Amino acid sequence: MTAIAERRQASRLMPRLLMAPAVGTLFLWMIVPLAMTIYFSLIRYNLMQPGNEEFLGLANFEFFVTDPSFGTAVLNTLLLIGSVIAITVVGGIALALLINDPFPGRGVVRMLLISPFFVMPTVNALMWKHMMMNPIYGVFAQIAQSVGLQPIDFMADWPLLAVILMVAWQWLPFACLIFITALASMNREQLEAARMDGASYLQQLRHMYLPHLGRSIAVVIMIEMIFLLSVFAEIYTTTGGGPGDASTNVAFLIFKQALLNFDAGVASAGALFAVVLANIVAAFLIRMIGKNLD
Amino acid sequence: MSTSHPLPAARAERVPLERAAPSGARVVRKRPFDWALLIRATAAWLVTLLLVFPIIFLVMTAFKTELQAIHVPTLWFFTPTLENFHEVQERSNYLHYAYNSIITSVGSTLLGLAIAAPAAYSMAFFRTRRTRDILMWMLSTKMMPAVGALVPVYVLAQKSALLDTTLGLIIVFTLSNLPIMVWMLYSHFKDIPPEILEAARMDGAGVWGEFRYVLVPLGMGGLASTGLLCLVLSWNEAFWSLNLSAANAGTLAALIASYSSPEGLFWAKLSAASLLAIAPIVVFGWFSQKQLVQGLTFGAVK
Amino acid sequence: MAYLQLQGVEKSFGAVRTIQGIDLAIEKGEFVVFVGPSGCGKSTLLRLIAGLETIDVGTLILDGRDITELPSSRRDLAMVFQSYALYPHMTVADNMSFALRLAKADPKTIADKVERAAQILNLKPYLHRTPRELSGGQRQRVAIGRAIVRSPKVFLFDEPLSNLDAALRGQTRIEIARLHRDLGATTIYVTHDQVEAMTLADRVVVLRDGRIEQVGTPLQLYDRPANQFVAQFIGTPQMNVIAAAQVPRLKSAIGDGVPEGGYLGLRPESVSLKPAGQGEVQGRVELVEALGAETLIYVSTDGGAQLVARQNTRTPLRMGDAVGLSVDAANAHVFDAQGRVFDGGRAAVAG
Repeated sequence: MTAIAERRQASRLMPRLLMAPAVGTLFLWMIVPLAMTIYFSLIRYNLMQPGNEEFLGLANFEFFVTDPSFGTAVLNTLLLIGSVIAITVVGGIALALLINDPFPGRGVVRMLLISPFFVMPTVNALMWKHMMMNPIYGVFAQIAQSVGLQPIDFMADWPLLAVILMVAWQWLPFACLIFITALASMNREQLEAARMDGASYLQQLRHMYLPHLGRSIAVVIMIEMIFLLSVFAEIYTTTGGGPGDASTNVAFLIFKQALLNFDAGVASAGALFAVVLANIVAAFLIRMIGKNLD
Repeated sequence: MSTSHPLPAARAERVPLERAAPSGARVVRKRPFDWALLIRATAAWLVTLLLVFPIIFLVMTAFKTELQAIHVPTLWFFTPTLENFHEVQERSNYLHYAYNSIITSVGSTLLGLAIAAPAAYSMAFFRTRRTRDILMWMLSTKMMPAVGALVPVYVLAQKSALLDTTLGLIIVFTLSNLPIMVWMLYSHFKDIPPEILEAARMDGAGVWGEFRYVLVPLGMGGLASTGLLCLVLSWNEAFWSLNLSAANAGTLAALIASYSSPEGLFWAKLSAASLLAIAPIVVFGWFSQKQLVQGLTFGAVK
Repeated sequence: MAYLQLQGVEKSFGAVRTIQGIDLAIEKGEFVVFVGPSGCGKSTLLRLIAGLETIDVGTLILDGRDITELPSSRRDLAMVFQSYALYPHMTVADNMSFALRLAKADPKTIADKVERAAQILNLKPYLHRTPRELSGGQRQRVAIGRAIVRSPKVFLFDEPLSNLDAALRGQTRIEIARLHRDLGATTIYVTHDQVEAMTLADRVVVLRDGRIEQVGTPLQLYDRPANQFVAQFIGTPQMNVIAAAQVPRLKSAIGDGVPEGGYLGLRPESVSLKPAGQGEVQGRVELVEALGAETLIYVSTDGGAQLVARQNTRTPLRMGDAVGLSVDAANAHVFDAQGRVFDGGRAAVAG
């Protein structure tokens, strides 16, 4: 091989070497759990009694899907994701529009607004459970009492709503931040032209702001769908999925099977289900990002 | 062609803000009071305070005594005390868990940077046709729900004796955050003009020299902000902490979760512990807002 | 053996052969300009010499040493980039001393050399500023200073003036010429601007599609272009190239040295205007550009050709006027149908 060709081969080697650790580890991180999950989903495997494996075919899947909690879990998952997205998108846009134009203290407001997103999920959960939603000492209870209403016991009567509130509170700043960023990139001159054309604020909203935000709304929805699918810590910390299965979502159901029933087989079947769901959403998101990537 | 055009007279509606008083002194006309601004500002502050209220409440409760904390209606005025913080520190397990949180966050950040930086460097400066696809694939691994990998990772951790160890947590955190870190470092590196590296090459710098004298100083900002983001994400990580660790390697996230059991509803102490757990990260978060948007939306929003 | 020698140099990017076999010999102290249209490969060729791209086939010899395989850092060449490529995190002084510091030269020597370069380039007041605080022209001088300090074997310039505004461009061009005169360094300069080529070069290399079209002194290229491409590339306004068939009387004036389907090349200054009815070509004035010191008159001939005439006196002619054109046959360039210079049997071209 000539020296030049040799050097060219070598120069192709180095970049690959540099990428190897990242690509390699991520590849393993992707493939190994996936392969194991598929394997587990087809056998009977109890985490507390290893060594008793036996091939079960699709029995695990059947078991997972016919679990009485399954339907509720799927419903709860959809409710959770749907409500949180609705709250965060609408609230996020409203907030972003509100603070879009300058006013005194805007910098501080922006800093404060982002805070909920950085609060640890478990702290978030406990904060709401004890401080806000406690039926005797909680802030909501006090407000209710002060206007003569009966305080609501969120954890017992409205567990899913409680979880929705907590998660929405946490993700609202995220959505708001995205929309603020998107609004900042709006073409000022277009707005001024619209104003000169006599457009009222509502008309500006409909014809200029919302279309411009369309793309970021799509991004927020997709990102939230992906992360909200795995809401876990809040449920674990507050309601434990209950009472019964009133606040169990698919992720928590899988967790219950895996680490409470120690049934790795059924849990794996459920996990595959969740993975397929996530893949569908991810495919759309990837395509959208890819278009944006130079 | 006409000769001279006097400039068009000022429109009648526009009243000058300054006009000469008969004596020749300048009089500045008063602007009408901006009601819209007042309403907007008030609304914005009100909404913000409402939104942040739970955190404010948390901070307040942390400085109350237990009796004051459970007082109904809520005590808004009280003398703050530091007794909760002292007690929290005295209970040895708080420090232990805090230590674990620090170790796992910092550890996963450093490990993540060590793996992600070379990859991002290679992708930014040695682009090939497949670079984009590889990047997309990396991002897609982040999009899979963690719960999908729960069972296998648990089993693997169990079998390799990494269950309930900080090392195990560091590995899992690193892998979780790796796609975002590679992505963010790649964006930063891409912004460095390649001619500067070429200039360094012409000036006699070998590969190592390029790295040391040009890439690192210029990429430092990107490394810092990516590291900060990873720190925040790892610190708050709850899913894996709750499932893969117990008394030995538990992080603060897990510790706080354990307070939810009915025994010992020491709210003031709980608030103090929680405050200590979230304060540094909320502050870090303030500084890494922009990176957060970029990182978590995978750059889909500019 | 010349100071810098390229032998059969080729380079391909994927399926595209960007550089197709270049042979070139550059003498010590020469100022050589690579010029050509976009995509002709001039920047690629420069980068091959610099070592920023690898040569696929061929050799590169500098001062008797084969440097084809050497990495950029060991070739002892200095490059001034089009975007200046200054180190944004270093001061001007650090930028200029970087290479010497890497080579672990004696600090006193480094300080002296930086001082001297700063003196030559009027950069002394800016030595402690960072690039961000400098104007475009100042940054460019720092880029040049960075090269000078190293006293390399060859200076490489990659379109250094294209990011400057017109006034600064002219000024800097003169400074570069002065620098070359004072330092006497071997220089390769890439540009798409033929005015820079004509004014700065000892010799010009005209490139097209990865091949050398012609090498020569600026005036050689102007007076004796080797083909139609070079003839039309050098000179503003462009040389008039018209089908010989469109100007039959001119064609016969030149004689039977004009091939079938051939073209005539006429520099605007060799086209003189005569009253209508006189001269070898008749036509109508399309446009008059009065530039002050010279006047350009665009004429469309009866035979269907478009010609530009240049004269240094004002003209009373107006659009639509009938006019005659006359060309001294000795000043006409003749090209065959493929654009090659046709010299068969004619008297040597004047100049």
